[in-house]
Amino acid sequence: MHNYEQKEAVRIGFYICHCGHNIASIVDVKAVAEYVKSLPGVVVSCEYKYMCSDPGQELIQKDIHEHSLNRIIVASCSPLLHEHTFRTAVEKGGLNPYYFQMVNIREDVSWVHTDAKAATEKSKDLARAAVQRVFHHKALETKHVKIHPDVLIVGGGIAGIHAALTLANSGKKVFLVERQPTIGGHMAMFDKTFPTLDCAACILTPKMSQVKNHPNITLWTYSEVTKVDGYVGNYKITIKRKPRYINEELCVGCMDCIEKCVYKEGKTPDEFNVGLSKRKPVYIPFPQATPQIVLIDPEACIEFKSGRCKKTCVEACDRKAIDFNQKEEMKEIEVGTIILATGYHTFDAKRVPFYGYGKYPNVYTSLEVERLVNASGPTGGELILRDGRHPKTVGIIHCVGSRDKNTNRWCSRTCCMYSLKLAHLLKEHTEAEVYNFYIDIRAAGKSYEEFYDKLLDENVHFIRGRVAEVSDWAVRSSEEGKLIIRAEDTMIGIVRRIPVDMVVLAVGMEPQSDSQDVRRLFNISCSTEGFFLERHPKLAPVDTFTDGIFIAGACQGPKDIPDSVAQAGAAAAQALTLIDTGEIELEPNTAFVVQDDCSGCRTCLTICPYNAISRDEAKQKAFINEALCKGCGTCVAACPSGAIKQNLFEDEMIFSEINGLLENTPVVCC
Amino acid sequence: MLTAGEQSKTNTWEPRIVAFFCNWCTYTAADLAGVSRLRHAPNARIIRVMCSGRVDPQFILDAFSKGADGVLLGGCHPGDCHYMEGNYKALRRMRLLKRMLKDMGIEEHRFRLEWISASEGERIKTVINEMTEQVRTLGPLGLPKKFEEWDTEMEVLERTVNGKEEAVHA
Ligand SMILES: Cc1cc2nc3c(=O)[nH]c(=O)nc-3n(C[C@H](O)[C@H](O)[C@H](O)COP(=O)(O)OP(=O)(O)OC[C@H]3O[C@@H](n4cnc5c(N)ncnc54)[C@H](O)[C@@H]3O)c2cc1C
Ligand code: SF4
Ligand code: SF4
Ligand code: FES
Repeated sequence: MHNYEQKEAVRIGFYICHCGHNIASIVDVKAVAEYVKSLPGVVVSCEYKYMCSDPGQELIQKDIHEHSLNRIIVASCSPLLHEHTFRTAVEKGGLNPYYFQMVNIREDVSWVHTDAKAATEKSKDLARAAVQRVFHHKALETKHVKIHPDVLIVGGGIAGIHAALTLANSGKKVFLVERQPTIGGHMAMFDKTFPTLDCAACILTPKMSQVKNHPNITLWTYSEVTKVDGYVGNYKITIKRKPRYINEELCVGCMDCIEKCVYKEGKTPDEFNVGLSKRKPVYIPFPQATPQIVLIDPEACIEFKSGRCKKTCVEACDRKAIDFNQKEEMKEIEVGTIILATGYHTFDAKRVPFYGYGKYPNVYTSLEVERLVNASGPTGGELILRDGRHPKTVGIIHCVGSRDKNTNRWCSRTCCMYSLKLAHLLKEHTEAEVYNFYIDIRAAGKSYEEFYDKLLDENVHFIRGRVAEVSDWAVRSSEEGKLIIRAEDTMIGIVRRIPVDMVVLAVGMEPQSDSQDVRRLFNISCSTEGFFLERHPKLAPVDTFTDGIFIAGACQGPKDIPDSVAQAGAAAAQALTLIDTGEIELEPNTAFVVQDDCSGCRTCLTICPYNAISRDEAKQKAFINEALCKGCGTCVAACPSGAIKQNLFEDEMIFSEINGLLENTPVVCC
Repeated sequence: MLTAGEQSKTNTWEPRIVAFFCNWCTYTAADLAGVSRLRHAPNARIIRVMCSGRVDPQFILDAFSKGADGVLLGGCHPGDCHYMEGNYKALRRMRLLKRMLKDMGIEEHRFRLEWISASEGERIKTVINEMTEQVRTLGPLGLPKKFEEWDTEMEVLERTVNGKEEAVHA
């Protein structure tokens, strides 16, 4: 396979793409093609409007036959976009695909430079480097690895749930890992969902129980992934199952233990109700929690603190499910593909102190209001404020922690719509006057604008302008005991003071606070804001740069439920494609030791992060296990004898690129 | 390789920077800079490698000796290397290299190691622009020319020595 001798003369075909106007408007493609024609080894050099189109690819194939070309170079866009396309075209033309080389003159040249002359010169340099490089190219075999058919899904919000069911229904085995005691994510907290106002629980809980009961889904809640090894097709995952102090097999979720707990009233802020109510040490997040199994919070439980509790819960449990000695458990699984659906986190309203959250009890976040208007919420759906009153006027402030360079620059996309929804629900529950303070109403979505129209008909007030401040500083008698929202009304150009009983902050959507840790664990990237980065914003929105790992839902960026579900379906389809193909092509860019050159010095052995290098003690030579090598090339650079080579990135290839880039460097005197 | 016409056009010297970018972070960031149309100086030419750990200090020396005025090495941020620790290996090697370059009289700003993640398109623009300006201030490195001079010096020296020897023998 590794053949260093050059058997036949190198015959290069060079193609430069206009990419419509994208390249040709800056780079003088004709001049570059002319220039390349003069370089040694080049047989064909031409320009074409769209090289990636069918006719463009056919042009290459035709030339391979007619001119017996054995090296192909295309100067066009980034290899990350079209290298595969052209390699396939070259292969169809009867040439080994690794005789191909791509030159990036769009992302790296025409899109970033304005000086046409400099851009053309740079293109020539890059083309010359490629021409010199391909002399050293070799025929390689594409490697294939088998894809393990099982899938890991991390995060059991609506996105994770939908992906899990899609895969499980198509017969694949799924492991769904959720770190909370229940699946459901944010959606489980809502009463109604925009724009249809269907009840969130009615559409979500059936899906949650399907997950629980599906024979193809293994659901591990209250669990976290702690280790990820391996690569596409063959991931080894370690999962930590935190102790619930309840035997899951035995508990039937009757909740007798909760009732009989020595605490008559809850004392710990209830996470599911965002702290608006209190729960006991033994609890279940909400009645339809899935799985329907209670858990004990050791931070709150007397038995854990003093060991001297009467343990009335144990007595109450007919099934003997309570187990104070339960230990954390580690599970190891093998999967071929992974979908991350870890969702989002709402903006901390305390970061904008001038809106008074945490200072004035009647300032709420939108998520709290979701719970307040929820029939199964802390007040049974009755809108009672923290001071016991029922609000007669409510102000909803949009874009809190969004579209603001002091906090987050992005638009959270859902806040306008959920604010409209909350305005409707607040009116329905209280008949209060509701004011919306907005910058722009962003109601782009199917039936969204219509929903906005409907709200206008419901006599909800809309004031356009960013709110400056929320205070309790009354200057008129009508303002006594109220919260005063001060905002510029940009429609009429005056500053207004609106006294209200309740303020709702439409907090934005942010990346999970541990998104950086999670992305490191899975070896993927984040975009600047911290949401997981997709492989391509348009063409590969659920892929990542790590093969076999997909992303879905709000972990990729702010989005609503319909979009989260659509992405989850797409991620499941991508995983299915891999699983059903059964194998995946890998870049043959692995390293190998040229045995004769190896001095047996052992330098490389410790350098490989994948332990792919071992030493044959009898021969006193190093040896690379190709199946383990991932092709970073670190050992190649480290070997003092120059005995290690990396396919596709051999020293000669890189030196020739350097040489090619600099060959026409004007000799200057200094 | 330049025609006379081209030669006269290149009278105004422009810094030449060779950039080695790792495939997963920095090369992707350069793509992002492209997609976002972040215009920057046309002085850097990128060579793509899979990981910054692949970059042999010899590549950098070779680039200088072939006429580069600056060399830029870009990899993933510490902890983010696609291959776990290739960038740490690169960092260690480049520390040694920096010392060597100093001994060779190559100014510090001519070589730069930068961690640029896939989302930092803006950083590509800043780094390339900055570096181009720094190298411009330093002026041409002209190693090939220096090598030539050293070679002739050596020859002259040799000839003188030989001449003297001959004289002695005579
Ligand atoms: C106040 C408010 C109201 C809204 N109302 C609506 C509405 O009416 N209609 C609508 O369409 N959209 C609405 N949205 C948007 C909606 O919440 C999101 O679109 C949706 O919840 C996204 O689903 P998800 O599964 O991606 O994320 P999430 O719902 O956040 O679920 C993510 C899940 O992953 C788990 N998780 C996170 N990290 C890990 C980890 N490391 N390991 C294991 N598990 C992990 C979390 O515990 C969680 O269960 C609203 C948003 C807000 C803030
Ligand atoms: S009493 Fe036992 S079975 Fe019932 S919820 Fe409590 S632990 Fe589970
Ligand atoms: S190229 Fe990287 S992964 Fe492969 S053997 Fe060398 S150090 Fe290990
Ligand atoms: S892959 Fe970027 S530095 Fe290793």
